Amino acid sequence: MSKRFLAACLLLSVSALPALAAKTSLVVGMPIEPPGLDPTIAAPVAIREVTLANLYEGLVRIDRNGKVQPLLAKSWEISPDGLTYTFRLQEGVKFHDGTTFDAADVKFAFDRARDPKSTNAQKQIFAPIEGIETPDPSTVVIKLKETSGNFLTYLGWGDAVIVAPETAANNAANPVGTGPFKFKSWTRGDRVELVRNPDYWQKDKVKLENVTFRFISDSQAQVAAVRAGDVDAFPNLAAPELFAEFQKDPRFKAVAGNTEGETVAGLNSAKKPFDDVRVRRAIMHAIDRKMLIEGAYSGFGTPIGSFFSPNHPAYVDTTGVVPYDPAKAKALLAEAGYGNGLSITIKTPQMAYASRSAELISAMLAEVGVDLKIIPTEFPAKWIEEVFKNKDYDITIVSHTEPLDIEIFARDNYYFNYKNEKFKALIADAAKTTDEKARFAKYAEAQKILAEDVPALFLFQLPKLGVWNAKLQGMWENSPIPINDVTDVSWTE
Amino acid sequence: MTNRSLRPSSALVVGGVLTALLIATALLSLVWTPEVPTRVRVAMRLKAPLEAGLLGTDHFGRDVTSLLMVGAWNSLAIAWPAVLLGAAIGTAIGSAAAAWKGIADEIAMRVSDVVFAFPAVLSAIMIGALVGSGPLAAILAIAVFNVPVFARVTRGVALQVWTLDYIAAARAIGKHPLRITWEDVMPNIAGALIVQVTIQLALAILTEAGLSYLGLGVRPPDPSWGRMLSDAQTYLSQAPHLAIAPGLAIALAVLGLNLLGDGLRDALDPTLKGRGAAA
Repeated sequence: MSKRFLAACLLLSVSALPALAAKTSLVVGMPIEPPGLDPTIAAPVAIREVTLANLYEGLVRIDRNGKVQPLLAKSWEISPDGLTYTFRLQEGVKFHDGTTFDAADVKFAFDRARDPKSTNAQKQIFAPIEGIETPDPSTVVIKLKETSGNFLTYLGWGDAVIVAPETAANNAANPVGTGPFKFKSWTRGDRVELVRNPDYWQKDKVKLENVTFRFISDSQAQVAAVRAGDVDAFPNLAAPELFAEFQKDPRFKAVAGNTEGETVAGLNSAKKPFDDVRVRRAIMHAIDRKMLIEGAYSGFGTPIGSFFSPNHPAYVDTTGVVPYDPAKAKALLAEAGYGNGLSITIKTPQMAYASRSAELISAMLAEVGVDLKIIPTEFPAKWIEEVFKNKDYDITIVSHTEPLDIEIFARDNYYFNYKNEKFKALIADAAKTTDEKARFAKYAEAQKILAEDVPALFLFQLPKLGVWNAKLQGMWENSPIPINDVTDVSWTE
Repeated sequence: MTNRSLRPSSALVVGGVLTALLIATALLSLVWTPEVPTRVRVAMRLKAPLEAGLLGTDHFGRDVTSLLMVGAWNSLAIAWPAVLLGAAIGTAIGSAAAAWKGIADEIAMRVSDVVFAFPAVLSAIMIGALVGSGPLAAILAIAVFNVPVFARVTRGVALQVWTLDYIAAARAIGKHPLRITWEDVMPNIAGALIVQVTIQLALAILTEAGLSYLGLGVRPPDPSWGRMLSDAQTYLSQAPHLAIAPGLAIALAVLGLNLLGDGLRDALDPTLKGRGAAA
């Protein structure tokens, strides 16, 4: 009897052994499905969140603190005039299709991205390039027409990953890169599955065998999926009101980090009444950012006074330039001739942060005699058509998640319709400045100009509300660029 | 005997009281609410009933009682014109079909069938795409969906009336069908139409709530029961009263109008009384 019991115990413990070994699969939840899987031909953030650092790699990478680190380039030298970059490449790197990575692939990838016909979303990265030389297979020399202060940082973005000439054309549906994971399958509307790349050049770093990205748009469903364990990690939960519950639950790690997403309510500067800077300032004076963050994002998020991320070292706090002051708002409106009231509309996309903010803005503007009607619109398709292309709006609201994107206010014909030659010159100047201190000083001045001119209501920095299983380690707490890098992620048991 | 005559009247009384309450609340909201319904007080967000105001506050700290009251008005302001518009067009079509019969009747009824096939939400999305989503689109969508209902009901009762002897007499002396419809048929079918209007109003309130829930009805920040429900959804575990209050309001409004409709039918329709006695 006791023998049999012992045998049973032994059997049980043996069969229990595999379960004790650390898990090697990971399911990551995302709110939005990418339209394709090639970050070098289209703008959507979701593409980078699946592919960057997992499938594709660039010459350099941006680490979890936003710093530039070597990746496919093991080292580089910059000439004293700042115009010549010489990159030494890693050797023995292979693409997922078995072909070898070398200098010719770098030249191909960058020439493809800066081609006039290319649809690359961040052409300013490649605009300063004059020519690319490949003296030998492990050296790339990039010559610039003019100095570019952010060139190395830019090369860590998803738009500058290295793709192979043999496979580049099909990357949107069948991505081939040099990353730690290979593409396995894509079930549209549901999930993208990746498997470990057995030939990865730093394979000792990688612990996971399978990575699945699941797309769940409804915030209730996101929370349910995490609770049920269907999703191991949700790096960017869309339900701030439910986040606090995860913070109390020991089964999960809940981290409120930062993104590069500035939430702004664009004001159409080409149209009445916002062609008058006094009206723009008045509206900004009417907004209580603290209250807005509390109501729209359950208190998560940092107030901003200009278009710059508080994560960036060049950030200056400009929230005091046009502070919350309803009396001043009323006075400015009266001065501009709208003392008897003003009736305007806000085109609001469906995202919860946008519609909630719009309702709060509407309530705050009502206090200073402005009637703000909310008109719903669909992001991205309808919003791109109505607001971004046709500029048919008074106010709109959206979060701009690209890092270091203050230059959009210097672009001609961008949807804000903002024109300021001084600002434009300053941004162009800053981009060329290679001395970090001087460049940051210029960015600081640019931030102040925007804070005073109010081409958009600068509201708050979108937080990154990450929730994951407490046994997971290596997840990123902040998003210095749009990315879900799972290279270092592993299970503790 | 007493039992039978009491039952319809109790439906009439309960329905009448609930409907009167609904209308009274809506009218009262025009002149008085406990708080300004759109006033945001973030410091007081998600307060439970009686902790702040009678029914607590929502996720922006707005007073739920005030939101419900104005929501009642906004709901009726869409449901009434929509049903009246649908009833006017539908009744005209139905009476014409009954008066002329033949090909006109056939066309009217088949077109009704087609329109009937589209649920109100679908037509609201289509109309929203044409005129821009908002209260106007909601009114038009609900009206469109009401047209075939009234066309069918009117045609049904009107056809019965057209078979009566005094109508035959009126036709024999050469009275125009339009005048017969207006002077002789209408008074006979008015009861049935009033009943139908009451029931359709209940349905329209429900549809309006559904459209607003989807963001196709009343525009924020104007309060609406449907949107209160959709807002409450994410706070269900923290503040269930936010969903219960508008849900109950919709249920009571719909129940009241339905009971009123039933009570009115029993009171107004003589044929039903006969049938009731036979059964």
